[in-house]
Amino acid sequence: MPVPSSNPMLRGMPPTAEDLAGTPAAHQFSDVTASDAALRRFLHGLPGVDQVGAEARAAGLGTRSIKTTAKAFAIDLAITMVDLTTLEGMDTSGKVRALAAKAMRPDPADPSCPAAAAVCVYPDLVADARAVLGDSGVRVAAVATSFPSGRAALPIKLADVRDAVAAGADEIDMVIDRGAFLSGRYLQVFEEIVAVREACDSAHLKVIFETGELQTYDNVRRASWLAMMAGGHFIKTSTGKVQPAATLPVTLVMLEAVRDFRDATGTMVGVKPAGGIRTTKDAIKYLVMVNEIVGPDWLDPDWFRFGASTLLNDLLMQRTKMTTGRYSGPDYFTLD
Amino acid sequence: MDRIDVRKTYKLYIGGAFPRSESGRSYEVLDAKGRFLANASHASRKDARDAVVAARSAFKGWSSRTAYNRAQVVYRIAEVLESRRAQFEQELRDAEGISVGKARDVVDAAVDRLVWYAGWADKLGQVVGNANPVAGPFFNLSTPEATGVVAVVAPASPLLGLVSVLAPVITTGNTCVVLASQEHPLTSITLAEVMATADVPAGVVNILTGQRAEVAPWLASHMDVNALDLTGVDDPSLAVSLEVAAADNLKRVRRPRAEDLLATPDLSRMTDFVETKTVWHPMGV
Amino acid sequence: MTVFEYAPAPESRAIVDIRASYGLFVDGAFVEGRGTAFKTVNPATEEVLAEVAEASDADVNTAVAAARKAYEKVWSRMSGAERAKYLYRIARIIQERSRELAVLESIDNGKPIKESRDVDVPTAAAYFFYYAGWADKLEHSGYGTTPLGVAAQVIPWNFPLLMLAWKIAPALACGNTVVLKPAETTPLTALLFAEICQQADLPPGVVNIVTGAGATGHALVGHASVDKVAFTGSTEVGKAIARTVAGTTKKVTLELGGKAANIVFDDAPLDQAVEGIVNGIFFNQGHVCCAGSRLLVQESIADDLLARLKRRMSTLRLGDPLDKNTDIGAINSREQLERIRALCDIGEAEGAERWAPACDLPSAGFWFPPTLFTGVTQAHRIAREEVFGPVLSVLTFRTPAEAVEKANNTPYGLSAGVWSDKGSLILKVAAQLRAGVVWANTFNKFDPTSPFGGYQESGYGREGGRHGLAAYLKGHQ
Repeated sequence: MPVPSSNPMLRGMPPTAEDLAGTPAAHQFSDVTASDAALRRFLHGLPGVDQVGAEARAAGLGTRSIKTTAKAFAIDLAITMVDLTTLEGMDTSGKVRALAAKAMRPDPADPSCPAAAAVCVYPDLVADARAVLGDSGVRVAAVATSFPSGRAALPIKLADVRDAVAAGADEIDMVIDRGAFLSGRYLQVFEEIVAVREACDSAHLKVIFETGELQTYDNVRRASWLAMMAGGHFIKTSTGKVQPAATLPVTLVMLEAVRDFRDATGTMVGVKPAGGIRTTKDAIKYLVMVNEIVGPDWLDPDWFRFGASTLLNDLLMQRTKMTTGRYSGPDYFTLD
Repeated sequence: MDRIDVRKTYKLYIGGAFPRSESGRSYEVLDAKGRFLANASHASRKDARDAVVAARSAFKGWSSRTAYNRAQVVYRIAEVLESRRAQFEQELRDAEGISVGKARDVVDAAVDRLVWYAGWADKLGQVVGNANPVAGPFFNLSTPEATGVVAVVAPASPLLGLVSVLAPVITTGNTCVVLASQEHPLTSITLAEVMATADVPAGVVNILTGQRAEVAPWLASHMDVNALDLTGVDDPSLAVSLEVAAADNLKRVRRPRAEDLLATPDLSRMTDFVETKTVWHPMGV
Repeated sequence: MTVFEYAPAPESRAIVDIRASYGLFVDGAFVEGRGTAFKTVNPATEEVLAEVAEASDADVNTAVAAARKAYEKVWSRMSGAERAKYLYRIARIIQERSRELAVLESIDNGKPIKESRDVDVPTAAAYFFYYAGWADKLEHSGYGTTPLGVAAQVIPWNFPLLMLAWKIAPALACGNTVVLKPAETTPLTALLFAEICQQADLPPGVVNIVTGAGATGHALVGHASVDKVAFTGSTEVGKAIARTVAGTTKKVTLELGGKAANIVFDDAPLDQAVEGIVNGIFFNQGHVCCAGSRLLVQESIADDLLARLKRRMSTLRLGDPLDKNTDIGAINSREQLERIRALCDIGEAEGAERWAPACDLPSAGFWFPPTLFTGVTQAHRIAREEVFGPVLSVLTFRTPAEAVEKANNTPYGLSAGVWSDKGSLILKVAAQLRAGVVWANTFNKFDPTSPFGGYQESGYGREGGRHGLAAYLKGHQ
């Protein structure tokens, strides 16, 4: 029988800054993460998310009209936030090297075009990406932990992570064990994230929920807090291998979570919607959401990313349209 | 020597009790041939005020009872009335000078009317409520609810008239203050005795006897009365002034209109005194 | 720090062609008015938009006579199926001309284009579409099939086209003809609607639009030859109408004021509740009779909720109603602005604490920032009187019983909100609230299939849904 705690979070209430002041994020939650039962009480004590209301809010933000200078600004910002991604069984060294080159110079015809944030690849191709990117500032991200299903023993997942880090990955995109999460073994999920974070060493950790499998926004909010308490630097929607992948309302719920987490702990956590974001129009909707839900602090590739592949070319086409005044076509942009 | 009979004092019916008028007044009630029958209480504005307080305090409990329970209470009034039909027949013959057969018909109709309304208690919501297919992910339901305290000016017919205006009001969960037939008040008070012994909670029905022109304006202008039934107002100018007074707090007003009391009613006596409440709730996971 | 400024995104007003002056729409044609013409202004700029005729008593007579003739000779004799087709036509034309209607509504009313475009106009079309379908199915309505005759309809300035639709669509579906008076500050979309009636070849006299102020409205509702009065507006005028029609056989529906409680329990979905609070009081600048103007929040979460609410209010964008990113437009008139200011001053004088986000107000036009008052009690005037502006009073409660008691402690009874994740609590509280519409975990939702209307001093009768037919048919269910 768990002992009643003085920690307000165990009574299902969001902690105040005072409750948590001065302690590093992961340690602030030692009461909450002491047992499966305590963790469950905490996560289920978070305010619920009404699906209809959340989706209406997201749709409302989607009606913002971003034109002219605002659009130009948003396009450049979005380019800097792209984790240019290839995660196919048929990926090769050549493919990854081409992608890395594109990440550094998305529009070879226009030197004013900013670089993307990172390239995102499988661990065995990290070295290829690293070789091209060098110290360009474009990061190498690797999906690890038996991506995308996460169905492997923990030591194997950790070995996957260490391998990617050793090969030069700056960032690790891990997947949570959705099976454990959905069956209520929250502590197992938590501990796994903590272990992966440790294995990351100095690399940044992005925690993928695969929100399409979690199904409900309540679950997304719980997973968000779980990952943040475990020390994830970023929370990420999807692998891109499950539909639906990133959606505006899922991202809304995650943004609300990082906002509340900062209010409670002072610690900022990044957000990465991934999969399904293909057009400039979509990307701008996400940026509007970031702007209005969490504010300008998150309008930075350190705190917001897009996991995407085809998005970049659409951003480039729109960017060219803004500068030249005429519509462009895919023939004028590289396919990588 | 003949036995000296014990005569009944007819009082008001307020909050489940039978008080005299606070004013201490009464008026003579004559039979159909002009002979003295009894004194009836002559209610004052303060009696009306007290009756409204009683009706208001009974409202929350009565309106939140299950419809099934209200149905049983109204049905119980019919049962008790039936068991005392001889008394009512006699009173009606004395008061109105009607025949034995006519009196029997009126009591039959009054009992049957109560039974009819009793059955409506748990069906009205199904007939006049709606599930609304709104264009969005929402559960949307409209249901009738009692409007509150209803002031009723009852028609001259002391039994069938009274039952016809009273039953629909309370069946739907309202409480009421009824200004009984000015001409034939005695039977209305006898009906109050029926209600007092028929599980009708105190304050749900309050019956005043007296002068329409004196008491009705106080009910019409009372800011804690939600609706006004002018069925028994036969003076058109009084009806207008009461409707004007009722506008002070936008009471729902049922205007006087010609009605055949013996015919089966439509639903309007119930629907005039209910509010449609519509509740929305999102449907999501 | 990166700042994401939204560039102006104005909807073009080139699509609307506002005439210099407008007459009355009587018997299918625009005619001169015999009263004193008045000006309608853009409340966002104070620019005069047009001169509008005032209908005199004689004009009202003519309009009612036209409606009577159309009722007797044409409309009441036409089959429901044929009436339906006219209404479907109107619905379609509203959809076709939706952008024009939206821009005109925003110019004349001051509401954000986002709302006129996404709410007012499409919902107006939906009401016509919905009631069109009833016209040939009235025998299934439960209210009979007999129309009342001529309906006198007086509507307010807060949703000019939408309120017109709420009034005209069911009236016509049931076989009545109408004389409608739009509010004096927002006549333009009603006059554009008159053109739509012409485009639809609606028989002359079925719809008549008379413009003017209180005197015109008074002449219309008091006219001996109207059979039905439908009014949406202030409780004060509603009471006057109830007195005017006393002793007649006119059927009356009144949609009046409100002071809705929006109750947030400690287990509410907080972020959605914040949205609901914002939508409840700042939608349409708070010019909404069912606005959630009293926030009742459970004490245990009051601080957290208020912090979230204030943060959210700081992101509201106030300004040009035609800008697609505007959330809060202009107050409809100087008179209304002054009323809002006066009540807020009283709120402060009575000791409530006033808060509004930093917000630049345009120099011309009528503007009021989104505002909330804390430390409000039931005794404060801002908690009792309808402000009809973007002003929220915040009160707290401790138990469900206290919440219900406070919510019901008002002479009004139009709407209420309840926020909780506990289904049984919601259903219990919803049952106890004395209000015609209860929004649970949502707010300010409207639909043509859903009846709307109040308890007590919020008026009587229902508009919308099957229930809305009762107001325009002789039968009783």
